[in-house]
Amino acid sequence: MSKSKKVWAGLGVLAIAGAIALLIAGGLSSNVVYFLTPSELRAELAERGNEIVDQPLRLGGQVKPGSLNWNAEALDLQFVVQDSVGEVPVRSTGAPPSMFKEGIGVVVEGRYTREGVFESTNLMVKHSNEYEPPHGDKPAEMYESLIKSDR
Amino acid sequence: MLNLIGSAAIVASLLGALAVAVTGIVGGFTRKPGLIRAARYGTYFVFAAMTTAVVTMEVALLTHDFSVSYVARVGSRETPDYYTAISLWSSLEGSILFWGWILAAYGALVAFVNRRSDSRLVPFAEGVMGIVGLFFFGLLTGPANPFGEVFPVPANGPGPNPLLQNHPLMGLHPPMLYLGYVGLTVPFAFAIGALLSGKLDEEWIRSTRRWTVAAWAFLSVGIVAGGWWSYEVLGWGGYWAWDPVENASFLPWLTATAFLHSVMVQERRGMLRTWNLSLIIGTFLLTLFGTFLTRSGILDSVHAFTEGVIGPLFLGFIALVMVSSLVLIAWRADRLHAPGSLDAVVSRESTFILNNLLFVAFTFTVLLGTTFPLIVEAVNGNRVSVGPPYFNMVSVPLGVLLLFLMGVGPALPWRRTTPEKLKRSFLVPSIVGIVTLLFALLVGTRDIWPLVTFGFAGFVMTTVVEEFRKGISARRRIAGVPAPRALGQILVRNNRRYGGYIVHAGIVVIVVALAISGSQRFEREVTLRRGESMLLGDYGIRFDELWAEEQAQRFVVGSTFTVFRKGSEAGVMQPRMNYYPNSQQPIATPAVRCFNSIDVRVSRGRRVGVCTGKEDLYLTLMAFDDQEGAHATVRAIVNPAVPWLWFGGMIVALGAILAVMPQRGGRRPAVSAVDAEARERPAEHPEAAVPATV
Repeated sequence: MSKSKKVWAGLGVLAIAGAIALLIAGGLSSNVVYFLTPSELRAELAERGNEIVDQPLRLGGQVKPGSLNWNAEALDLQFVVQDSVGEVPVRSTGAPPSMFKEGIGVVVEGRYTREGVFESTNLMVKHSNEYEPPHGDKPAEMYESLIKSDR
Repeated sequence: MLNLIGSAAIVASLLGALAVAVTGIVGGFTRKPGLIRAARYGTYFVFAAMTTAVVTMEVALLTHDFSVSYVARVGSRETPDYYTAISLWSSLEGSILFWGWILAAYGALVAFVNRRSDSRLVPFAEGVMGIVGLFFFGLLTGPANPFGEVFPVPANGPGPNPLLQNHPLMGLHPPMLYLGYVGLTVPFAFAIGALLSGKLDEEWIRSTRRWTVAAWAFLSVGIVAGGWWSYEVLGWGGYWAWDPVENASFLPWLTATAFLHSVMVQERRGMLRTWNLSLIIGTFLLTLFGTFLTRSGILDSVHAFTEGVIGPLFLGFIALVMVSSLVLIAWRADRLHAPGSLDAVVSRESTFILNNLLFVAFTFTVLLGTTFPLIVEAVNGNRVSVGPPYFNMVSVPLGVLLLFLMGVGPALPWRRTTPEKLKRSFLVPSIVGIVTLLFALLVGTRDIWPLVTFGFAGFVMTTVVEEFRKGISARRRIAGVPAPRALGQILVRNNRRYGGYIVHAGIVVIVVALAISGSQRFEREVTLRRGESMLLGDYGIRFDELWAEEQAQRFVVGSTFTVFRKGSEAGVMQPRMNYYPNSQQPIATPAVRCFNSIDVRVSRGRRVGVCTGKEDLYLTLMAFDDQEGAHATVRAIVNPAVPWLWFGGMIVALGAILAVMPQRGGRRPAVSAVDAEARERPAEHPEAAVPATV
């Protein structure tokens, strides 16, 4: 291969590498999702104001007891996520995960909207993968009434 | 008792691996026949010892011997035997035991296949595999000991992780992945052998080609089976979420695929010596890194990582492999000068080089996205996540470019070409590609990436068909046989080449299925009362009832839906939720069904409906009224083209099996001479160059 061709080939490789680097940088800068607690979200809102409104975020905390409101017909789920200091109202469409209940730890993926509500797109219950002996009711007993109503 | 046998077997494996490492490497340098023989028998011994350990563990699992720590951790009397048997790989210690056994099996197989070979590489390769074995068997004797003694012996155990005992594919996906992961140790070991012995020509590549293809095929099948498993179990209707665990399997696949292509350049043209060595070393490092990612707990948080001892050990071993490989390459730098060089920019070797650049860039983007949260947390303590949007954004353009190269590469001759030949090779495929694109546009595809993907897919498929057509007609001319026979002959005579094309066809099927299923799925989540129906696409879905069933190992809540299509009843689907005693969270079993089928006559009067793969209807039970059973919330998804993913995976496997078959004439010198001749000549149809004598 002649010298000039080598130069051109080298330039081509550089151009491709540059394009890929741009792609990665752009991809990362627009798709990194920050994880915040309710009080951190409040602090960020106070500090940076509208900058973080409508940005993809993950909100982690505890479902505030007494705040859960689930409408099965409309598939509308509302609750408040709290930590020791702050709280944030959350709204979600779709059935909650089966473990979901008041007092449980959750991670909510979504955006904080102008209306002051965190719109959730994905709701995850924090639970341990490690073995824990079953406590409380056996599921069989829990759903006994269900079997009865069915037969 | 079993604890003792198992522990003794693992210690024996460790000592055996030490002996193999020493005799293999020293024997490689000194060429003393006694040492070389000792290394070979040592690998047999290690395999026997590890087999003993694995069999002992299986006996312990199946007889519910809870005095064995691993059984106490993952066993339970209620778990069905199938899931008890495969719970060998359901937790850390068992999976490292399984890994070590596969490593020992590969080692013994390498030694056995090469028992009469006087290659200078073999003892070194055995020694290197012995060193890798030392690490894994070492883990098994200490921090990941599955044969610990439990006292007092518990009466029962918790059973395996519920996710891993909920679908039969768990018996296929992990073993395939492990066979792939560990199989890549073989080319790595020969590469290090080449560096140690200083014999840096193409021998290490030739003697491991089939090992590499086999490992690659296992890895591919493992990845596809993993996607299938998650589709059938996780209930969100997807098959790939760019989860770090998934990425861990994808990373070495990317570099191994690059390697499969770049070694051809070295075989043909003697170029890329250092590159190929680095690529296979990198691939091996990525298999270790993947195991590290999934097994160290680092994914939860960098802080969780420091608590375990496994993570730091893995990191130490990775660093050791990396540094010693670099030192070896630097030491042999004077012998790594390539005898060949690039002749022209438009040639097959240059598309292979470009292909390699893209694969490596792909690897880098996935690696960066996977580890980015760890980097950020380590640097400034912020907790961030990098989700599927990043991976999709960077991987789609790279994947589409690679798809394009897949059509260009095989149709270009080695070394250089002429404009007329270019036109002849690419005119028809380009037309087909454009027609495919226009057709996709016509039927309503509007997104740019799927459109480009379909166009390139048409292009690549045509080049594959063209290659077959050219091969068959050349064969017919030479041997004067009819077309079907000619096809059979080229498949047998040139299995490596045509196996590769079949793999390409399978990849095209998978890529098209990815593009369709990724861009055209639609779903609806609705709460239905008994007897109430919902509409989705072509389907009417009526909720009939809830039911429950108590099984030995779990409690099942099921729902029954009747599906209507085109006004008539098409079938019943029963998505379920499974409650396992060792999990607070129920595990879903979504109902997946393909209603588009064509009748195929299998024998006189017997017809069987075969799914066309147009789309799956996918139902997940999301929530239900646990008091009266009066209503249920269901997520219904229409997943177009998903069955074609699994079908494409099977085509890839078939092509790889063909490519891995022994080549006719094997490594006989006569064929190497033909190879050498073909290498000198820019032959367009090498199959025509193989003498027609049988």
